[in-house]
Amino acid sequence: MSLLLDVKGVTKRFGGVVANDAVSLSVREGEIAGLIGPNGSGKTTLFSSIVGAHPIDAGAVLYEGRDISALRIAEIARRGLTRTYQQTRIYGQMPVIDNMRISAPDVKEGILPLFRRAGRASEARARDLLSFVGLYEKRDLLAGSLSFGQQKLLEFAMALMSEPKLLLLDEPTAGINPTLINGLIDRLKRANKEFGVTLFVIEHNMRVIMNLADRITCLAHGQVLASGTPDEVREDPRVLDAYLGAQ
Amino acid sequence: MSWRAARYAAVAGSGLLVLAAPFLAPAFVTQFTFLWLMIVFALTWDLMGGQLGYNSFGNILFFGIGAYACAVFQRDSGLGYYEALAIGAALGGVLAAAAAAFLGLGILGLRGHYFAIGTLGLGIAAGEIAGGWDYVGAGSGMTVPLFPGALELRSLFFYFTLAALALATFLTLRWLYGTRFGLALNAVRDDEDKAEAMGLYTARLKTAAWSLSAFFLGISGALAGNLIGFIDPRDVAFAGATYGVWMVLMAILGGKGTLWGPVIGAAVFHITQEIFWTYLLGWQRVALGLLIVAIVVFFPQGILGTLREKFPGRFGSKAEVQ
Amino acid sequence: MIDNFLLLFDYPVLSADLALNGLLIGAVFVLAAFGMALVWGVLNIINIVQGEFVMLGGFVALMAAEAGLPVLLGIPIAALALFILGWGLYRLVIFRVIDRDLFVSVLATFGLSIVLQQLSNELFGADVRTLEAGLGTLLLFDGAVALAQIKVLAFFLALGLGLLLWLFLKYSRLGQAIRATAQNPRAASILGIDTDRVYAATYALNAALCGAAGGLVVMAWAIHPYIGLPYTVRSFLIVIVAGIGNIGAVVAAGLGLGAFENVAGFIFGTEYQIALVFLLMVLVLVWRNLRLQRKRMYLK
Repeated sequence: MSLLLDVKGVTKRFGGVVANDAVSLSVREGEIAGLIGPNGSGKTTLFSSIVGAHPIDAGAVLYEGRDISALRIAEIARRGLTRTYQQTRIYGQMPVIDNMRISAPDVKEGILPLFRRAGRASEARARDLLSFVGLYEKRDLLAGSLSFGQQKLLEFAMALMSEPKLLLLDEPTAGINPTLINGLIDRLKRANKEFGVTLFVIEHNMRVIMNLADRITCLAHGQVLASGTPDEVREDPRVLDAYLGAQ
Repeated sequence: MSWRAARYAAVAGSGLLVLAAPFLAPAFVTQFTFLWLMIVFALTWDLMGGQLGYNSFGNILFFGIGAYACAVFQRDSGLGYYEALAIGAALGGVLAAAAAAFLGLGILGLRGHYFAIGTLGLGIAAGEIAGGWDYVGAGSGMTVPLFPGALELRSLFFYFTLAALALATFLTLRWLYGTRFGLALNAVRDDEDKAEAMGLYTARLKTAAWSLSAFFLGISGALAGNLIGFIDPRDVAFAGATYGVWMVLMAILGGKGTLWGPVIGAAVFHITQEIFWTYLLGWQRVALGLLIVAIVVFFPQGILGTLREKFPGRFGSKAEVQ
Repeated sequence: MIDNFLLLFDYPVLSADLALNGLLIGAVFVLAAFGMALVWGVLNIINIVQGEFVMLGGFVALMAAEAGLPVLLGIPIAALALFILGWGLYRLVIFRVIDRDLFVSVLATFGLSIVLQQLSNELFGADVRTLEAGLGTLLLFDGAVALAQIKVLAFFLALGLGLLLWLFLKYSRLGQAIRATAQNPRAASILGIDTDRVYAATYALNAALCGAAGGLVVMAWAIHPYIGLPYTVRSFLIVIVAGIGNIGAVVAAGLGLGAFENVAGFIFGTEYQIALVFLLMVLVLVWRNLRLQRKRMYLK
């Protein structure tokens, strides 16, 4: 399996704080990779560093073999690298189905495709994905009127709609009703297997990430603490220390 | 009668009314003509403010560019009245659109209140510069050629040309809002950073929207300049304190971000403003300012917004009225 | 235009005259900018009606002088009158737009500025007005540079008022309450500070500051109902350049703007002076934003 994402020594500072300190990790094509660590360890910052939301201070981000650290977020998204947000971001004043329509992959080609009718395949895909996340009945409601959990699912569906190669998910189960989490894990696995999307997931829920990920990296204080298979990481004393010793 | 049939009947009836109005009430032809102008103002503003979320306080800039461009062409071209006006108006529209594209390079990068104040600055600066530039008549402004025909013909001519422009603007936007381009505009409005993160070409989108706004405004400026008969830099062309502010007010009053909202807002505002002018004279501008404050503070969702809250089925968004 | 520009080099004294005179009115800009920064920092609104407060202050001072009171007394009278107006406007309108989108405050205060501007036009007429303070002229460089003494007085009064405000904010109880509320309204409220009163006081204080500035303007320069928006734009420009917390930068930017305006007005023609200020504001905004965009950020 080739490396879809290769993060090499990425450092990001905010004023005096070093949020990411020479972080190196990789994600193989087709796998589900996990990113864990106590609060403040720099996980979300690392995601932002990878997708180009802010410039990095040192290091390189290789995506499909090419360094994308100088590219802007929109250009990176057009190459198939998408992310979801911890606070969940959707287009609140638009109906759910329109949120999906505007996430179709052809909108990344320019503004002319926007004048073309979406096409039956695209429409069907939007509806299928909404069904996939269980939001089909709510397709005509304004996205902003959905609950937080439902918005999270919508954001996930929108991300899948854009046909990414690599999808970065920031805490996909946070705020979701615990009874629905198994269903979400299932959908994530299906997205990976059936849609062929490589996933890189930040998670706080240990049960979820151990169940889901093929390999896991643990961050603490902005640095990589350990990485390996879920079993390896779960038993690593430094990881246990970081979580138990964290404020 | 079903709701759908009622709507069709209303549209047909309105259409007939529009065609017949100048003949039924000839004393009010000029007022009607200005109503078309107001509708263009409100619609073009709402494209930016309501759909894209970029509230411009300086769209009057494009109206003024159109007015001057046309007047200069009419002055220097040596063509007959109708030809000069037609080409001049087209020129005004194109020049205004080009100005939007050019200025947009820097200005459209500004967000929210910075964009608002930045465009405000542009609009006013334009008026001041035009007021000192001799090529366009400086402080005295410019006059336009005399209309070659009787007064009644002139009134009808401008009534129908501005009506046609208002209709063209409306239909263009109606089409546009039905495409995914319209969705993209709304996406930028709702969360521009998210739209960028999803790979949308936001810069091109914003520039296209502003240029389209500017195009229709430029043509309206050319026509309005000829209707009014003279072009004063601060009171006609770059009339920031009147037209420029009215654009914002009408769209919000009618319902920001909807297709019919600006039209309704323009109509209600125009009538109100005529009443203000008749009874309040100089104090009308004070009343106007109070109206802005009142609407912003107490009635920001506007007429259509309020109707949608009360009757979501009837006045709802296109997704609900399949 | 180019001729004027070259003149400045041929006759450096002319440059000095323009720059110095510009610095003098710059002090008034500093005052207005200080107030705008205060309101922006504490209430988180951009007060478009700022310039109208200056304008009205001028007219109050004018009316006081016409009523027979000593000219300089107009300044505190204007400050008081505008304090009351500011408090009233806060209670009627401003408090309703505080928690909302910043654009809403721009639009609401823009509406207010139109109201006040047009009211003044109706009540006072559109003519340019000024007050004779009866002071002489200061001659520098063997008479080559002439500075009206009233302008010099206005300069020092403006800076003095600014200093007074700064001391007030630093050492008085209300001043400390204002600063606490600016930093963290919720914490301030928990500590027993009536944040609503703080907001009202801040807004009224700002209005008073502008009123005093207006008094200075009518005495040393001139006013008319439409000087408002340019003053608002100047204040906004200075705050953008200097930032909200940095007093020294506000002073430098304000004085610098005054000098720049005067010199540029000479080069391009005084009829373009207002346009230049507005264009400068747009340019600063765009430039600042472009620099932030290199770091994948934007002006917030």
